[in-house]
Amino acid sequence: MKQIVANMAGTIINVLVNEGDEVRSGADVVMLESMKMEVPVAAETSGRVTAIKVNVGDFVNEGDVLIELEG
Amino acid sequence: MKIKTILIANRGEIARRIIRTCKAKGIRTIAVHSEADAPMPFVREADAAVVIGPPPVVKSYLNMEAIIQAAKDHGVDAIHPGYGLLSENGNFARRCAEEGIVFIGPRPEVMEDMGDKIRARTRMMEAGIPVVPGYNGSIADAEEACSIAADIGYPVMLKASAGGGGIGMQVCENEEEVRKAFQSAKGRAKAYFGNDDMFIEKYIEEPHHIEVQIAGDEHGHIIHLFERECSIQRRHQKVIEESPSPFLDDVTREAICRTAVQAAQAVGYTGVGTVEFIMNGEQEFFFLEMNTRLQVEHPVTEAVTGFDLVEMQLMIAEEKALTISQEEVIQRGHAIELRIYAEDPITFMPSPGTISRYEQPEGKGIRVDDAVESGSTITPYYDPMIGKLIVSGNTRAEAIARAEEALAQYVIDGIKTNLPMLGDVLRDEAFVAGTYTTQFVQQMKRTTNK
Repeated sequence: MKQIVANMAGTIINVLVNEGDEVRSGADVVMLESMKMEVPVAAETSGRVTAIKVNVGDFVNEGDVLIELEG
Repeated sequence: MKIKTILIANRGEIARRIIRTCKAKGIRTIAVHSEADAPMPFVREADAAVVIGPPPVVKSYLNMEAIIQAAKDHGVDAIHPGYGLLSENGNFARRCAEEGIVFIGPRPEVMEDMGDKIRARTRMMEAGIPVVPGYNGSIADAEEACSIAADIGYPVMLKASAGGGGIGMQVCENEEEVRKAFQSAKGRAKAYFGNDDMFIEKYIEEPHHIEVQIAGDEHGHIIHLFERECSIQRRHQKVIEESPSPFLDDVTREAICRTAVQAAQAVGYTGVGTVEFIMNGEQEFFFLEMNTRLQVEHPVTEAVTGFDLVEMQLMIAEEKALTISQEEVIQRGHAIELRIYAEDPITFMPSPGTISRYEQPEGKGIRVDDAVESGSTITPYYDPMIGKLIVSGNTRAEAIARAEEALAQYVIDGIKTNLPMLGDVLRDEAFVAGTYTTQFVQQMKRTTNK
């Protein structure tokens, strides 16, 4: 299992993928808002989304798991 | 009425800035702050401080009732909203009035008219103020947007009526780009401002962002305090501002300042405020928006005119007459403000963290308005601006030289800052020549490596 983690602390403003979606390495999967700026979080590897661990409005810290991938 | 106690409904450098003038005037200050900001210098420097909620702004600095309660508990005469946050919120100003507290700013109706960009454009057109050619109404869908854009002529700028900080704003070169951008810009406007009214303006080529500081009292006397050049921007947000503008000739300067006063008169403006214009390469200028509050970059104006704008706000709030005539306002020398951001100097991504060591520059012609000290933590909850360096000199060249020396003196360890980027700007040929446009940051040569 692979994990996509938050690259910085912030609030989740959008989740751009659904469970079961195939994502490619480099694609944006979540939008965070940090210090009044939208910060995209990209997948580092390709895979299929098996779990979305956050909801819009959640506050996350750097390193928190946002999404789990397989494959 | 005499203001004896002020509550500052803001944080960081602007709270400290307001406290400074209040101290000089013998006014008691009450700071309100979030749990995250408890260790910040502004909390200590106020005469009293009240925790108003958890870190996110909606629970603290935008929590009107908690702020009003703190104001009542401390028997304050007035609330200073600073900039951003509640500073242009008509409902907050009305809540203050209901409680018999003076809101330091213009009347709520004026704030609301100017806060809605479509309404502001309409008011200005009625007053004969030039506005950017465009469509004065809310656009229903991408189809209508395309047909309006075709009438105006490409390139066009798609904008959110409630917008600010560049959010919901998009330049479109053709119909395909309008189609692509319309829904996403509308969605972002809804998410950020709760209002998704969109409109379209002609995109101004070689744009310069020039704004005029104005001040109006309760007796109908309105003056200007000259212009600020604010074209050095990243992500549609200002990074460096200066006065006088190196781009303006004297005839245009006189015209733009006079137009700003007319704009303020047209809405019966009271308080200090800023009329923003966009100007093309031929020095034709158009009304962009009005900011009904103190601006981040107000120290540039203070440096060249010698007036304290916070003191002016307090006088106006006390309904005193502004005793300054237009002829007494003189632009002397040159001033430049550089905003210090906690962000990556290349990608401009924010960089929260703890500042392990902080030393600010000092010297002749150097003013620092900042929010932090050694050990301060920059949290992800708020704007990444941690301070402002304001330099002044007899000439623009002298001000630039002082800015370079001052930047070299800064020590900010533990987080990334834009200090290297600011140094690159000061050394850039186009900046030194004063011929830059709002495209400058995208086009500048970078000597700093990542």
